[in-house]
Amino acid sequence: MSNASLPHTPPAAAAKPAVRRETWWTIRKKAMKAHKHSYILMAPYMLLFGLFTILPVVMSILIGFTYFNMLEFPRFIGWQNYTRLFLEDDVFLIAIKNTLLFAAITGPLSYLASFVFAWIINDLRPKMRAFMTLIFYAPSISGNVFFIWLIIFSGDRYGIANGFLINLGMMLEPIQWLKTEKYILPIIILVQLWLSLGTGFLAFIAGLQTVDRTLYEAGAVDGVNNRWQELWYITLPSMKPQLMFGAVIQLTASFAVADVSIALAGFPSVNYAAETIVTHLIDFGTIRFEMGFASAIATVLFMLMVGTNLIVQRLLRKVGE
Amino acid sequence: MNNSAFMLRGKKRVNRSFMGSFWLFLLLALMGAFMALPLVYAINAAFKPLDEVFLFPPTLFVRNPTMTNFVDLVNLLGNSWVPFSRYLFNTVFITGMGIAGHVLLASAAAYPLAKHYFPGKTILFTTVVLSLMFTPQVTAIPNYMIMSWIGLIDTYWAVIVPAFAFPLGLYLMKQFMEQMPDALMEAAKIDGASEYRIFWQIVMPNVKPAWLTLIILLFQMLWGSDGNGFIYSEQLKTLHYASNQIIQGGIARAGVGAAVALILMSVPITLFMFSQSRIIETMATSGMKD
Repeated sequence: MSNASLPHTPPAAAAKPAVRRETWWTIRKKAMKAHKHSYILMAPYMLLFGLFTILPVVMSILIGFTYFNMLEFPRFIGWQNYTRLFLEDDVFLIAIKNTLLFAAITGPLSYLASFVFAWIINDLRPKMRAFMTLIFYAPSISGNVFFIWLIIFSGDRYGIANGFLINLGMMLEPIQWLKTEKYILPIIILVQLWLSLGTGFLAFIAGLQTVDRTLYEAGAVDGVNNRWQELWYITLPSMKPQLMFGAVIQLTASFAVADVSIALAGFPSVNYAAETIVTHLIDFGTIRFEMGFASAIATVLFMLMVGTNLIVQRLLRKVGE
Repeated sequence: MNNSAFMLRGKKRVNRSFMGSFWLFLLLALMGAFMALPLVYAINAAFKPLDEVFLFPPTLFVRNPTMTNFVDLVNLLGNSWVPFSRYLFNTVFITGMGIAGHVLLASAAAYPLAKHYFPGKTILFTTVVLSLMFTPQVTAIPNYMIMSWIGLIDTYWAVIVPAFAFPLGLYLMKQFMEQMPDALMEAAKIDGASEYRIFWQIVMPNVKPAWLTLIILLFQMLWGSDGNGFIYSEQLKTLHYASNQIIQGGIARAGVGAAVALILMSVPITLFMFSQSRIIETMATSGMKD
């Protein structure tokens, strides 16, 4: 993970020419002592971070190799959970297919939408810019208001989608949108996109405002003569850090579809049409109490999320090189 | 819908051509309508009398606005075993405590990470960045076990304490602090101020825009929290949980559900409206550097 490493010059203490007797370790110890206050300041946060983020990841990986039902002590069973997951659990295969589909569609599309709309909004006057930012950002901070899509895609004539289409004469009978397998996934993707212009979108809005204005002027002199060239040669390269941050935020969220699926399609959904890795995890973790198996699912999800993110970061770093 | 912005690329135009702007703003307007209409509908639905909710063809805007839904909501909650005010208190308490603790702890941790060079710094920050790459669902099961070991199950703290260590907040705070001029801190150091004093009296007042960002991010998370499965006692449950119970009432509660959703969503949206420029200022430093 070198992309997270720091842009700063190396520590002053380490840069000093080492006295012959002092080993690397004693220098390090000295540096640590000198920075006692830094460690004290960080301690409360890092303790909690370790307890509620790092330790659980390690535990999840370990429990994934056991049979564990919360009552008996976990029993080591090797790769059995994983073989069961991939070879015997048909629903998990649906879940993984749906999750990858969501990630492959909502991930890039929401990333692109976040950038494109931030970019268009950036050309507006300040008042209008603030207003449009609010409009685009509002759905993602409105909490459980996405239940409104339940009414929009409600299965009777009073649902907006049905009422509208029947009224136009495009169909005669109301469609049970959320109970019909072929409509469930597209609707969840739509709602997921509606909710997805969040932190990444804000980072892009902010990033666009920090691009050095003089670069555009210099570009115009050097022969940049339309907005697309300006975007490609000046804006995008100047925003690389925000683009990478936005990618992490949008991508990670796109793997974690669950709330929308459960709220709209029900749990379990018709024929598991809307099952995702997370809903599968919820099923085994909170209903069947097969914690070993559920932890294996969590580990697969962890690997998928982090792996994809690291690959995408590596690709994005090459942009403009 | 997003591709149309790029289909225009082939056409060569001067820097800000009229037609280019026209198509882009049209796209913006269409997408803006898509984003806004469900919310507009939700707001209108909250004021619709029952006969308008079940109207064919369905209408977007309310014709005879009424407060019935809000009155019903008050009655409904007045009859519930746990009074509405208790749900409200629970949510406000969890949100308030979580935000206060997070802003304090995350800033304290972000300051050394941004401004000091000490052994272990890179690995600590790398771990925080890595933790942005997965969602809390991954750690849900072990977290439950840890909560039960330390005896936080069925208390507010099961939701509050993990929020203290929310990784995105530390990340954004650290990135924001990095662009503070070092001279500020050096001057204080020469005057003999301790690290803690520098943090409290120099750094903290200078990162107020970042506070607001952390506040709204955490607000969004905690205000919408349903207890994360840690809270069982009805009297400790959150507003969000109560609202979900109402919404799940189905058709008969459609109007009341919209009313409760309107109340819930208006708070974070208002908060964002007033802090937008500060938040954007923080987000400008959010980038991941090589």
